[in-house]
Amino acid sequence: MTSIRNVSLSVLEDRAKFIRKETVRLSRIAGAGHYSSTFSCAELLASLYYDQMNIEPGNPQWKDRDRFVMSKGHAAIGLYPVLADLGFFDPSELDTYTRLGSKYGDHPDMKKVAGLDFSSGSLGHGLSVGLGLALAARMTKRTYMTYVMLGDGELSEGQIWEAANSAGHFGLQNLVALVDRNGLSIDGHTEDVMSVEPLGDRFAAFGWEVQRIDGHDLSAIRAAFKALQRSGQGRPQVIIADTVKGRGVARMEMSLDWHVGNLVGEDYDAVMAELDAGLQPYESEAMT
Amino acid sequence: MIKDMQDESEIFRGTTSGSTRLRDARSVRGTPKSGMPAFVLGEELANMADTDPRIVVATADLASANRTNDFRDRHPTRFVNFSIAEKNMITAAAGMASTGLIPYVATFASFAAILGAEAIRTDCAYPQMKVRIIGSHSGMSMGFYGSSHHALEDLGMLRCMADLTVVCATDANHLRAILRASVDHPKAMYIRLGRGRDPVVYDEVPDIAFGRALRLRDGADLTIIACGSQVRASLDAAQKLATQGLTVRVVDMFTLDRIDTAEIAAAARETKAILTVEEHNITGGLGSAVAEVLLDLPRMRFRKHGVPDKYVEVGPPAALYAHYRLDAAGITEVALELLSK
Repeated sequence: MTSIRNVSLSVLEDRAKFIRKETVRLSRIAGAGHYSSTFSCAELLASLYYDQMNIEPGNPQWKDRDRFVMSKGHAAIGLYPVLADLGFFDPSELDTYTRLGSKYGDHPDMKKVAGLDFSSGSLGHGLSVGLGLALAARMTKRTYMTYVMLGDGELSEGQIWEAANSAGHFGLQNLVALVDRNGLSIDGHTEDVMSVEPLGDRFAAFGWEVQRIDGHDLSAIRAAFKALQRSGQGRPQVIIADTVKGRGVARMEMSLDWHVGNLVGEDYDAVMAELDAGLQPYESEAMT
Repeated sequence: MIKDMQDESEIFRGTTSGSTRLRDARSVRGTPKSGMPAFVLGEELANMADTDPRIVVATADLASANRTNDFRDRHPTRFVNFSIAEKNMITAAAGMASTGLIPYVATFASFAAILGAEAIRTDCAYPQMKVRIIGSHSGMSMGFYGSSHHALEDLGMLRCMADLTVVCATDANHLRAILRASVDHPKAMYIRLGRGRDPVVYDEVPDIAFGRALRLRDGADLTIIACGSQVRASLDAAQKLATQGLTVRVVDMFTLDRIDTAEIAAAARETKAILTVEEHNITGGLGSAVAEVLLDLPRMRFRKHGVPDKYVEVGPPAALYAHYRLDAAGITEVALELLSK
């Protein structure tokens, strides 16, 4: 059965910091990395893997494990260290990140990455994958939950809404979408490039249960997970997590310049020190 | 020659039975015609699913047209209708396959292969999911429904994808063989079907292996390498050519990827010329695949025969096959042109 492991919030806070720092470290190996898209979902990822999901790292093919689909596959750089940390594979393998022949590329390949439930990279596919996983659970009478991490930019992909519509139609309560609502896609603010609001209403119109939370507030994430329904027929469930793209490094927060970047030398050291200090209160441009 | 083209509305409703209150006896509404071979797709999958719990089936609002409703009626909890959302269906099937299920997802080839191409590559082939994408009513078999509903590019688009096995079913028994063999096949598959009323080539379910062509007739003057709807037409052409003293080998090259290079080499070595015949754009399909093999062999007489590289005329299927010389008479002409060169 799915378990809430009740890891202390300070542990989760530490693991979110670990995700951000590993993202910075691995990006330097690659010479380029998706920093800010990973930083925005660090608390969500930590909460899922260290607290919420029912998984057995020693048995990655366990049929009853909860499933996770990283639909925004460019944030895989934050997922690999979590999988290694949990014991799916030796953390030293991460040092090969993106180098010739590595198992770990910018976008993740399930054939190569132990613990990865599905490959991703082409945006807009993940919710359909999750739909299939949830349908399979129903067909085979298994009780696992399926979690799908969606970016907000990829909500412009039509297939997302094909999947949202069918999940609502089929009443797949065992499907949970997490929207990392960080507000930016590559070319600008989502509401300028292509609006996604009113996002909750859009999902509700397709028959989903909607929660909306601060996606960097670990206690709010925990409460949202606890509020999930997990038995029988019902509605698919979405947690819209309002986040800050680049959260954790002041220069990256809500910056269009850091979707992909590369930190070296003193900049690298300064960012690592900033991350070590932990999250500081977020000040949006409007507030300063 | 296909003669059963009078009722083209049947394409969308399959041959399902239904009550009718129509006043003119010539009107048709869902009434099966006696003697018409129905799609065996749903029936065969249902038979397989009786003993294999991994088999599940999905379609995109075409359960009657492709007769997956025969599966739905027998295994309703293992059937999903995704409505008209083909990419979602193919990707969701990949998700199902990741749990150990073997999904067979069926819709018109134009939408399965051409609309769904990226989902096939990214979600089925690349992660090596055992999804079987079934594209029916392929080629120009949709006739006057037009190029939006034709799939004359699917083989070319899909055969260059790694870890995707591309096969063409020749008739009902051949489809049964392909479906049975597909269960244990380790890779994603694209299975290309005709309209479900394909003329008989195989009186019994043939023994097949993916990648091994079926030699149906032997001869020395010419080898016709064909697939799908063109196998029957090629056999009939071979018969016509025999009356002119020409012996023709006919090969059903039903696996496009990976193609049977040994059989092509044998044709090159043992017969005087090779003609490929396919209901597909002349670019990229069977003919191109055979040509790629012939490039490494001694030069010989060779011709690709298929649909010209343009969108086809409006017309009923039989008229189109005749117009583009993809019937027995047309293939006979093309063969004689090649042999007279």
